[in-house]
Amino acid sequence: MSAVAVSVAEAPLVSERRGFRQRWYRTPSFVAGASILGVIVLLAILAPLVTWHDPIQQDLVTILQGPSWSHPLGTDDLGRDIWARLVYSARTDLRIAFLAVVFPFIIGTLAGLVAGYFGGRTDTIANWLVSVVVAFPFYVLIIALVFALGPGTRNIYIAITIVGWVSYARIVRGEVLVQKRQEYVLAARAAGLSNTRIMVRHLLPNVITQAIVFSMSDIVLVILAIVTLGYLGLGVQPPTPDWGRMIADGQTYLTTNWELATIPGIAIVITALGLSLLADGLADLLRPE
Amino acid sequence: MTEPLLDVRDLRVEFSLARGTLRAVDGASFSVAPGEALGIVGESGSGKTMALRALVGLLPRTAKLAGGTVLFDGVDLAAANEDTLREIRGGSIAMVFQEPMTALNPVMKVGDQIAEGPLVRLGLGRRAARKRSLELMQLVGIPDPARRADAYPHELSGGLRQRVMIAIALSGEPKLLLCDEPTTALDVTIQDQILTLLSSLRERLQVSVVFVSHDLAVIAQTCQHVAVMYAGQVVEAGPVDTVFREPRHPYTLSLLRSVPDVDATRETLLTIPGSPPDLAEPPPGCRFHPRCPFVQLDCVHGEFPLRMLGGGRTTACIHHEACAADARRQPVVADA
Repeated sequence: MSAVAVSVAEAPLVSERRGFRQRWYRTPSFVAGASILGVIVLLAILAPLVTWHDPIQQDLVTILQGPSWSHPLGTDDLGRDIWARLVYSARTDLRIAFLAVVFPFIIGTLAGLVAGYFGGRTDTIANWLVSVVVAFPFYVLIIALVFALGPGTRNIYIAITIVGWVSYARIVRGEVLVQKRQEYVLAARAAGLSNTRIMVRHLLPNVITQAIVFSMSDIVLVILAIVTLGYLGLGVQPPTPDWGRMIADGQTYLTTNWELATIPGIAIVITALGLSLLADGLADLLRPE
Repeated sequence: MTEPLLDVRDLRVEFSLARGTLRAVDGASFSVAPGEALGIVGESGSGKTMALRALVGLLPRTAKLAGGTVLFDGVDLAAANEDTLREIRGGSIAMVFQEPMTALNPVMKVGDQIAEGPLVRLGLGRRAARKRSLELMQLVGIPDPARRADAYPHELSGGLRQRVMIAIALSGEPKLLLCDEPTTALDVTIQDQILTLLSSLRERLQVSVVFVSHDLAVIAQTCQHVAVMYAGQVVEAGPVDTVFREPRHPYTLSLLRSVPDVDATRETLLTIPGSPPDLAEPPPGCRFHPRCPFVQLDCVHGEFPLRMLGGGRTTACIHHEACAADARRQPVVADA
């Protein structure tokens, strides 16, 4: 074999950075966040198995009980098992939060992709829409929208989607503006690929990581929004259990049975903490080395 | 004399700036015969990259094709609409870029990138496209194609990445390859491999090549014809052997003289005095005259289009005899 052929044959598969798979367990924030969240999600999924009371079942004989074998966290003012309500609230709130992040994610990413790629008038219109929404504080706008549309889960989705898409659009548009100047986009155009193909197959995979990282932080905001709406009576409607509702219900008993309002509050904090840690960890891992 | 595959006449590319119009390419003409390699040589800012991109309508948003004809296989690309151009790009005309690291999609496997053309343009099924991709990888000399096809660009060495880019270019069965400094980013040994590969592909597949470079040695090794660009214009063209042995434009001569020679060492490097002109306000008359060692009074006014000399050569210089005589007196190229 000639020297040239040898050097080519031996050209190594040079791996320049450790992939996600090798690094995730070495990133403390990711592990911590994933663990916390994992536990909560698992409990939420297995709700019927880890609770033994119906969360909406009232028992006016055993109200405001302290912790016992039957009710590990006691009962509330209507005799409902707090532990069961806590776990089922997790189910409700996490499910709504997840969907309420997915819709803005999809809409915002598409908008950012198209606006960033085509520029010109499309971009101007998109930017104008974004400015309008961004002018209002996030929570105020959501609460106002739900108030206008009426309480209920469906309107939560609508309100959060209307407000939430802009962050994704901005992030994706920014990334697209950077990436579309890269040579591989020029090369794709030089290969005669259609705009759609370039946007979906080439740009999207390169810009979506930032949107994903943001979605982790976004879900924290969204959970807080849902819980706030619940507290104000505008969100998840009783009897469906919801952490915000639990806090509102327990408010009256703050001096006597502080655990009614505090326990769901702690649950919210722990969930938000888990999500934040996960977001941090994910940001670290997805950052190109 | 066979009909050229590509015939570019009086190409003009303009950028609109606040301070005026910048003519990046101002009347460039060159042609390529079927199965032949044309080198376009010039320093940075000569307009060579813009000329290349203008051929298939890939100019940046701020630039526009301001004139000229680009006859490719009987079709004037300068007048064609975007759909026609998109059909041709990646098909009969393909481009190879300078930096394979940035010209390949970092999050897509190389096998998929090579298969994309056949998949999308030729309408092949996924398995057929994959098979074609492996064939192409073999054609460009990538060892162990099946394993390499699943690699990402950052996992491959520079030489392999460039081979992948060439494979992508070949996937549409092009008649013309436009190469924009394809070996500049590679080290010399790999450069040699890639140039050899390009030459052998050109002969085997009878595909024409336009090879843009600032490196005279690379052009000399790879191309049959050369066009020298300065300040947005082609100032000399012809068969590479004769042009390099007996340049008939002072710029070509100065370029050749400035290349350091291992066999004839000097103490200081020879440079061309002055700097390239501002393309928004080029000098009057011959654009090279402020830096030209043979400059005369009549170089300062008028237009200097390419004029035909014998042997398929053209030059824009009206004092090309003096230039050629000087080249003969002090030969630049020891052997050609």
